Amino acid sequence: MEADKAEAKAAQLGEEEVQGKETVKIYIMGKEYRVPAGLTIMKAMEYAGYRFIRGSGCRAGFCGACATIYRLEGDYKLYTALACQTSVIDGMYLAQLPFVPANKAIYDVNKVRAEGNVLMVYYPEIARCVSCNTCTKACPQEIEVMDAIQAAVKGDIVSVAELTFECIQCGLCAVRCPAEIPQYHVFQLARRLYGKYILKPAKHVEERLKEIKSGKFNEEMEKLMRTSREELRKMYESLERVED
Amino acid sequence: MSSLKMIEGYPEYMRKSIELVERTRPRRMREVYRRLSLEEREELLRKYHPDYKPGTKRPLRIGPNRGDEAPHELADLLEAHPLVKPIDVDLSKIDIDTDLLIIGGGGAGLVAALWANQEGLPPDRITIVTKLRLGDSNSVMSQGGVQAADRPPDSPVRHFLDVMGGGHFANKPELVKALTMDAPLMIKWLEELGLMFDKDEEGNMVEDWGGGTSIRRMHACKDYTGMEIVRVLRDEVRNREINVVEFTSAVELIKDDLGHVAGAVLVNMESEQYMVARAKATILATGGYGRLHIQGFPTTNHYGATADGLVLAYHVGARLTDIETAQYHPTGAAYPEQIVGLLITEKVRGLGAQVVNKHGEQFVFPLEPRDVEASAFIRECWERNNGVITPTGMRGVWLDSPMIEIIRGEGTIQRRLPAMYRMYKRFGIDMAKDPILVFPTLHYQNGGVAINDRGQTDIPGLFAAGEVEGGVHGKNRLMGNSILDYLVFGRRAGINAARYVKKANLGRLTLNHVDEYEKMLREAGIETDRKAPMILPDYRGKEVLARKIDIFK
Ligand SMILES: Cc1cc2nc3c(=O)[nH]c(=O)nc-3n(C[C@H](O)[C@H](O)[C@H](O)COP(=O)(O)OP(=O)(O)OC[C@H]3O[C@@H](n4cnc5c(N)ncnc54)[C@H](O)[C@@H]3O)c2cc1C
Ligand code: SF4
Ligand code: SF4
Ligand code: FES
Repeated sequence: MEADKAEAKAAQLGEEEVQGKETVKIYIMGKEYRVPAGLTIMKAMEYAGYRFIRGSGCRAGFCGACATIYRLEGDYKLYTALACQTSVIDGMYLAQLPFVPANKAIYDVNKVRAEGNVLMVYYPEIARCVSCNTCTKACPQEIEVMDAIQAAVKGDIVSVAELTFECIQCGLCAVRCPAEIPQYHVFQLARRLYGKYILKPAKHVEERLKEIKSGKFNEEMEKLMRTSREELRKMYESLERVED
Repeated sequence: MSSLKMIEGYPEYMRKSIELVERTRPRRMREVYRRLSLEEREELLRKYHPDYKPGTKRPLRIGPNRGDEAPHELADLLEAHPLVKPIDVDLSKIDIDTDLLIIGGGGAGLVAALWANQEGLPPDRITIVTKLRLGDSNSVMSQGGVQAADRPPDSPVRHFLDVMGGGHFANKPELVKALTMDAPLMIKWLEELGLMFDKDEEGNMVEDWGGGTSIRRMHACKDYTGMEIVRVLRDEVRNREINVVEFTSAVELIKDDLGHVAGAVLVNMESEQYMVARAKATILATGGYGRLHIQGFPTTNHYGATADGLVLAYHVGARLTDIETAQYHPTGAAYPEQIVGLLITEKVRGLGAQVVNKHGEQFVFPLEPRDVEASAFIRECWERNNGVITPTGMRGVWLDSPMIEIIRGEGTIQRRLPAMYRMYKRFGIDMAKDPILVFPTLHYQNGGVAINDRGQTDIPGLFAAGEVEGGVHGKNRLMGNSILDYLVFGRRAGINAARYVKKANLGRLTLNHVDEYEKMLREAGIETDRKAPMILPDYRGKEVLARKIDIFK
């Protein structure tokens, strides 16, 4: 058994190539690989021969496509991470979760209002939260997920929106939640209500739209359409920087 | 690397240079580096910009852009065999029959779908196909912000001139007019969808500087602007129950016997089976080409940015424009190794960080247009040898981020740049205390499929929006104008495609153009094993590939 494993490992990695570099041992879906230390989990998996068709999106910590669950040798805990933003550690057992089938409520943002128990209406399951804090521990964005769900239960849309602004919707919280709450969808609803109904609309944008509609810039624009490149160059060079 | 002594995220030897940066900081705080004149900019570009490097491009030998220069990496794909062999595809069996097919689920695709629906096309007559998950795209990664001239001292006319100047006056004026005149409308639209813009108490937008802008015009949602926009648009597309097919790539466009584009051949990324999608109108929204790693540069782009849209459009005879220029973002991370090439938003400079060399001295105004700024970094590192060399042999210059905290108060970085702060913290560096090392990285496809101001390409039935199209930004795009691009042209393509659908009648489906493309390759004497589109890059370890056996083929 052991010999088989060692042989397979040598075959997969070409051990001789790896020698001389500092390496760590990782397990991808149970299988052992040696990879250079200092790689991200994502690059380490590629180094080991995986070609992602899922589980790799932005590769920079913005999309949540690379949600990963791991355990460390000699430790019983399950940890969570973004594969593109976490370096490999010796003895990692890795599994990827490229897709979470959590339920999303369908709503019309023009009809719902940022008031009362609207979050509870669309996501009644938030009432089942047992305040175990597992979601917070799972969040790679260090969001206070449990606090946000508690705020949602209380109908405090402002707090939910502000606490969860940095949620990248990776789904790791939802996967770990014993109450089956799709936290990130709840948060999305809260943030849209906040952005639409609680933040004040920008008056200057409204004003500018009126000006555009009234044709205020049309004449100048039309002139620009007929201006030669040389002339545009001159206009550009003489454009004053407005430092306000 | 482990033998290096590390101090708070940096090896000891790099700390020496950081000390110089700290020493010169009090003096530099009072210094403003001179901005270059147009002539000086042009000279810098000619000498140091990667676009001007000899031997990196070649004229295309086939197709509507025959004779036009393109980077080798792109030319290789445009001169490759089409991935799909017509004989393998049964066009008589339609798997997806739709009115509007949108290829690509980034910002442009989402916006186009929503506006096509707004224009009256029912959600079940619109289909978005996308190769990763919906929203996994360049759009979700944009950090800095989006431009729109919506403050009283600003105007669409000023915005227009900034865009043209940034693009070296090669932009198509009517596209720039659309871009700048529609901008405030798009901001309003996002506001109404519930976007959490950075605002003051009165609801006024917080607007910052961007490279090459003559006024503060950058709207943002901290440094997660793209993430906030995409998740709201995605949520809205789901709310309206528009069809979405994820993990599915378009590999070839289909035409009808009238010469109109009539859908696409799709491939399920999991099962690799093909599907025929028939559509009365098709919008290409496949984004850019950073993953071609032009000239070997690292890239900021997402995993699926492989120029598929350019290849598909070229196969049906659509003309491309301005493809000889690529945008290298001046501030890609150069250290630590795990994040090399990833974007450090321009906003870091917008908020006041200077750029300094290994001696702690400035050498360029921090907010020149991107191509100029990048060229100055390259000169500083490779010509003047004033860059810091990293343990893996990269060179870079410092972005003096702690200045932001001094100018705007402690905590500003965490508040305004949480994504940047978090990324560095994950790898042991505190950018509020220490400067960060940067070098240009491949960022944006300046040119693309030629369109008119309704988002139409040269081929009836085919529309394009977002990074895949060209002409808006000329030879160089300014920060904040490509989000705007996908908003404005996503909307225009969506609306006009929906109108087109109402009048369109499809003929018999065909892939004859693929055979014709093969014929062109043969006649031009092009011999290659390469196939295109690329779909995804391949980063598997060389040792593994050398021992790979295809057991299922
Ligand atoms: C890190 C980063 C930061 C940026 N910051 C800013 C900024 O601050 N301001 C700004 O204005 N711009 C910024 N940009 C640029 C801007 O984000 C992009 O140009 C813009 O989002 C492109 O939108 P898109 O919809 O055209 O393409 P994308 O958002 O890339 O979407 C294209 C989609 O099509 C899919 N696709 C590709 N090929 C196929 C195929 N064959 N079949 C099916 N689907 C396919 C892709 O997977 C992807 O989902 C930034 C870009 C990056 C990478
Ligand atoms: S809140 Fe949940 S979905 Fe959002 S980033 Fe954290 S773990 Fe991921
Ligand atoms: S994991 Fe679920 S039940 Fe536990 S605190 Fe979070 S939301 Fe509540
Ligand atoms: S791939 Fe997008 S967060 Fe990791």
